[in-house]
Amino acid sequence: MTARKGLVLEVDRTTPPILFHHGEGLRLEKLPVGSRVVYPNEPLDPVRDPERAIAEALANPLGDRDPLAAYMQPGMKLTIAFDDLSLPLPPMAAPDIRGRIIEQVLDMAAAAGVDDVELIAALALHRRMTEAELRHAVGDRVYDAFAPHGQLYNFDAEDPDALTHLGTTDAGEEVVISKRAAESDLLVYVNINLVSMDGGHKSVATGLSPYTALRHHHNVHTMLHSTSFMDPESSELHTRNWRQGRLLAEAGVKVFQIETTLNNNEFPSPYDFLKRREWEMTPRDRMMLMGTKTALDLMSRRQARRIFQGIRAPYGLTSVQAGEVEAVHRQTLENVYRQHLVRVEGQTDVMTMGLPYICPYNVNSIMNPILVACLGLGYFFNLYRGKPLVRRGGVVIMTHPTPWEFHPVHHPSYIDFFEEVLADTTDPEVIEHRYEKRYAEDEWYRHLYRTSYAYHGVHPFYMWYWCAHALEHLGGVIIVGGDKAATQRMGFRSASTMNDALEMATDVVGRDPSITHFHNPPMLMADVV
Amino acid sequence: MIADALAAKRIAITGATGFLGTALVERLLRSVPDCELVLLVRPGRRTDVNRRVQREILRNDAFERLRAAWGSDFDEICSRRITAVSGDVSVDSLGLSPGDLELLCGCDVIIHAAASVSFDSPLDASIETNLLGPNRLLDACQSQGATPHFIAVSTCYVAGNRRGSAAEVFLADTPFSMDVDWRAEVSAARRTRADLDAASRSPERLRRFHRDAREELGPAGLPLLAAKTEQLRREWVDAEMITAGRSRATSLGWPDVYTYSKALGEQALVELQGDVPISIVRPSIIESAFAEPSPGWIRGFRMAEPLFVSFAKGELDTFPGYPEGIIDVIPVDMVAAAIIAVAARGPVPEPEIFQVASGAVNPLRFKVLTETTMQWFQDHPVYDAKGHPTASTQWNYAGASGLEEQLDRAMSLFNTAEKVVHRLPMRGRNDFTIRLAQRRAGLEQIRDYVLLYGAYGKCEALYEIDRTTELWESLPAADRERFGFDPRVIDWATYIADVHLPTVIAQARVKTTPQPRTGPSRNERLRAAVLDPARHFAAFDLENTLIASNVVETYAWLATRRLDTPQRVRFALRTLAETPGLWRRDRRDRTDFLRYFYRRYRGAPVGQLDADSAEMLSHLFLTKAFPAGLRRVREHRAAGHRTVLITGALELAVQPLAPLFDHIIAARIDSREGRYTGEMIDVPPTGEVRAQMMVDWAAEEGLDLAQGVAYADAASDMPMLEAVGYPVAVNPETRLVTIADKRGWLCENWERSPGGPRPLLPIAPPFRVRANTDRLDRTHRSRRARAAGSLR
Repeated sequence: MTARKGLVLEVDRTTPPILFHHGEGLRLEKLPVGSRVVYPNEPLDPVRDPERAIAEALANPLGDRDPLAAYMQPGMKLTIAFDDLSLPLPPMAAPDIRGRIIEQVLDMAAAAGVDDVELIAALALHRRMTEAELRHAVGDRVYDAFAPHGQLYNFDAEDPDALTHLGTTDAGEEVVISKRAAESDLLVYVNINLVSMDGGHKSVATGLSPYTALRHHHNVHTMLHSTSFMDPESSELHTRNWRQGRLLAEAGVKVFQIETTLNNNEFPSPYDFLKRREWEMTPRDRMMLMGTKTALDLMSRRQARRIFQGIRAPYGLTSVQAGEVEAVHRQTLENVYRQHLVRVEGQTDVMTMGLPYICPYNVNSIMNPILVACLGLGYFFNLYRGKPLVRRGGVVIMTHPTPWEFHPVHHPSYIDFFEEVLADTTDPEVIEHRYEKRYAEDEWYRHLYRTSYAYHGVHPFYMWYWCAHALEHLGGVIIVGGDKAATQRMGFRSASTMNDALEMATDVVGRDPSITHFHNPPMLMADVV
Repeated sequence: MIADALAAKRIAITGATGFLGTALVERLLRSVPDCELVLLVRPGRRTDVNRRVQREILRNDAFERLRAAWGSDFDEICSRRITAVSGDVSVDSLGLSPGDLELLCGCDVIIHAAASVSFDSPLDASIETNLLGPNRLLDACQSQGATPHFIAVSTCYVAGNRRGSAAEVFLADTPFSMDVDWRAEVSAARRTRADLDAASRSPERLRRFHRDAREELGPAGLPLLAAKTEQLRREWVDAEMITAGRSRATSLGWPDVYTYSKALGEQALVELQGDVPISIVRPSIIESAFAEPSPGWIRGFRMAEPLFVSFAKGELDTFPGYPEGIIDVIPVDMVAAAIIAVAARGPVPEPEIFQVASGAVNPLRFKVLTETTMQWFQDHPVYDAKGHPTASTQWNYAGASGLEEQLDRAMSLFNTAEKVVHRLPMRGRNDFTIRLAQRRAGLEQIRDYVLLYGAYGKCEALYEIDRTTELWESLPAADRERFGFDPRVIDWATYIADVHLPTVIAQARVKTTPQPRTGPSRNERLRAAVLDPARHFAAFDLENTLIASNVVETYAWLATRRLDTPQRVRFALRTLAETPGLWRRDRRDRTDFLRYFYRRYRGAPVGQLDADSAEMLSHLFLTKAFPAGLRRVREHRAAGHRTVLITGALELAVQPLAPLFDHIIAARIDSREGRYTGEMIDVPPTGEVRAQMMVDWAAEEGLDLAQGVAYADAASDMPMLEAVGYPVAVNPETRLVTIADKRGWLCENWERSPGGPRPLLPIAPPFRVRANTDRLDRTHRSRRARAAGSLR
């Protein structure tokens, strides 16, 4: 059976209430007649035999690369870097595709008598992965074979002895990456290309880079000129990152890129109803929906969080391609777009979205208010190609409880960013100018990033910069059900119901606005024409 | 003319720093241009008498009028006309230097206005000041062979608790006279003090004081406990002396120890008079000025004001008294004028009494007082901190005793509540505890006032002022104009509404205009002060100040790190079973507890424990940390302050926090051959040791303690908090909440990150790597072998 394409539904009187994600909860909202709902494509059919697909990709590389086995020589230095736990979302049901690929690469290396192998979680300024998380990503076998000998570890962007400065691009961007990766005879990168922003040169040039290199594209100016950062063709973020990646290649870093794409089968049973279009729900789906919703409403956020964070997605692998970075990534993008793109005609005055419990930075953690903003205004808003789904000066209404809650171990600098920086100003440019350096170079945050499980001191700034394009584009942001104090701290308004929010939006966009609901997840990207 | 009669006279005044004394000094300086004043002033603990005169008398707003009139000459005139001598009427021979003694006794008039006016002083304190004070002055004069006109200020209420008219005669001359020997009273009072002091030293009592001190301070260390115990002992003796005073006074028919000692004072004075001519002026309740130096001028709270203010704030709706009862009030300027008139008239051989009171000629009835007050507060409502007017309700009357009972019941309720609250495991500057303490203190004050006031309310005597009136009528018109003391001119309603209440309200600093607070709040100001770059260092306690954890949890985490599941369960159960015992030990003595507890680390491998403690940073410390606290440490560093952590926790456990601090003072245990012995290397930093270590460190680093900031959470950290200039109570225990609030310390409520993990037990996550190592190696080798095989 081939998957059905996504569609844009116009709400009429018979349309049932629409399911909105609401953090660790769900909402059912009756949208005004005439509103549009953009539904994602259904999950693409996965490849039948992932192991074979991987083997074929490794044997038939794209672009200027030989089959992987050809590079394996005794005495060589081999480094395998892989995407960290920010991908995919939700985490993949075991076995994780990274582990499967790494197993094959290692088998090849072992067969060739390669002894000097190191595996690095390419986490840039993200938090270190715990033992359990690493085990999940690479599999117990790989973990047990390498971790005890210090050959499987988290990248440390603050270890001056473990970084190599490779040069500066024509545009002045410094290129600094992991010394081990730079000095290896071959750097194999294992990627999961969940969305079109991921992959390509962003894998190595971002994942194995420190603050000094990242600051050239992780900044407000770049984000304002990336329309959107989900569309590499129109993304200043990617332009700069690509320049760095090309310099890497020129400097002699040999990258063998392995990219994978997944379908959007993001929710396992019994959460199938989260993938359904409302009017197609079976009585069983409805029962499960109502039961789940009621149960979630009754339980504490802590309990609900535990349940949601336990979800492992039954993704299907839709493609795997290997070889030279740019050639690989061109094909990867096509496969991503095949799953995600849904054609939408024209922009809207008001865009609504239901924010789920997870974003790339709170796996096994708490989605704090800054991450709520980043998920809505950074990721969801930017999931467009062409022009933003919402018109300039329009309003975004998102649903999320936005509690004033932070994970004390994972997000220490977020807490201070929220208490100190956002209390002062919400203007990304002012924030960047006034505070970024201090947080980025703070000794304590550095200590926590390196020895504990904390995101880097500068990370909350990047989250806020991620919102910069939306903040500059929009006339207003309303969070339905959002904690009043936390929402206000970020310069947004909170509404208790969707109707109130729509009413509030008319202050900005006028009477009878056009409304479009972005029914994501399952993952979707608006191709606005 | 009064001014002429007193011209070029030298007048000595005792009690010049008091309400009446200040009024006298001002009035004499202003209205009797040529007199000189000798003020007998008690030296302050650190200030000499001239400074006291400057600060406590001449800078009072009573002198505004004179300052305006004299301009830049004010200081010169004052220093020319006023001589201050250092002395104390409550010690024998007045503590005067020979020169000062001569100067004092050489005065033409001595106005003795010094008194212990507190109605509930300890028995002997009242006796020393009010009874023996005038005797000593008299004695001094007689020793110098001087015979100045001695004017003693007494009180109408020496007449005691009785109804009907009370004339201007000595008690001995009234039918109610009681044969009380003042000398016997003096020696009895002194003996009572000695007896109570002896009683306070009995082993049982000392044990009780010690127990109470411990209750209040917790395991604070010996020196602090000893100081507190001694303080409690003294307080107990004083409290017993107060009770003794009140009982003795009431047993003889006086409302309180003040009137009792004053009455005996009069008696002694007459008996010992000798050649010294004596006049006694008996005012009733002295209240704010009618006209001089300015209408409404008042110094400090007198009697009924706290009741008015409580009423205005809506805290009290019952007035102790009857509507038709009379409250005998006399404005301070009338009393001063009467005294000056008596002085001007000159001495007479037989002692004379002048009563200055309003009750007999122009009575003020409670009804007028309360109704005027109610009306005034309706027109001028009091606004609370949020800018809302407080509702002042109808004032009910209660016989004083009914109200007393009501208040007593409330008090005992509050006392119980406070005891309960102190035992609760509550923390932080919660409004409840502070409100409780404030309400209790307020209630205590009100009850005291009601007690006293009730006594005066019950006293339905009418004080005749025939002799005073006669003196008034003998004055020429000009003097009457300048020295008014005829209470008949007072229109009470006007006096209360336009003269008295406005100044009372100003003094009480209650708001009668609806202005919301502007500018930073108290906490914001204090916070800015502790973070000021001028500070030198910031010292932090760890447990419950920066982290909601303790040494037991740390130990449990480290101990379970390498255990398998059944071992963990056994460990958890064993530790839970032990908890009450550990808790008791900790409460008894922190140092002893730590020594006992740290022995458990015996045999632990050094390297492994250090590695585990690095992991514990994430799992225990950060999870349980107060982010605002960690931020504060870093704010101090950013402000250029040195930061120091002072904790009874183990150094090895707090090592991961090192990047926050310039220095860490922690408990250290010894190690031998790569294993810990569990024996402590030095005395752990707890209680007073902690303060000492901080002081030593600051001295070593050349840092000024007065510019130091200290953060702690428990009453046992008092020595550390008191050692620095800027103490901060963090999540304080209820006992510390009260102390911090009273002393105006910054109080911080730091919480754990909302939504963060809340592990039920402080148990480490399973440590998997080590357990699997051997198997891993096999896997790795087998992979190589398999690969090699396939190649062959």
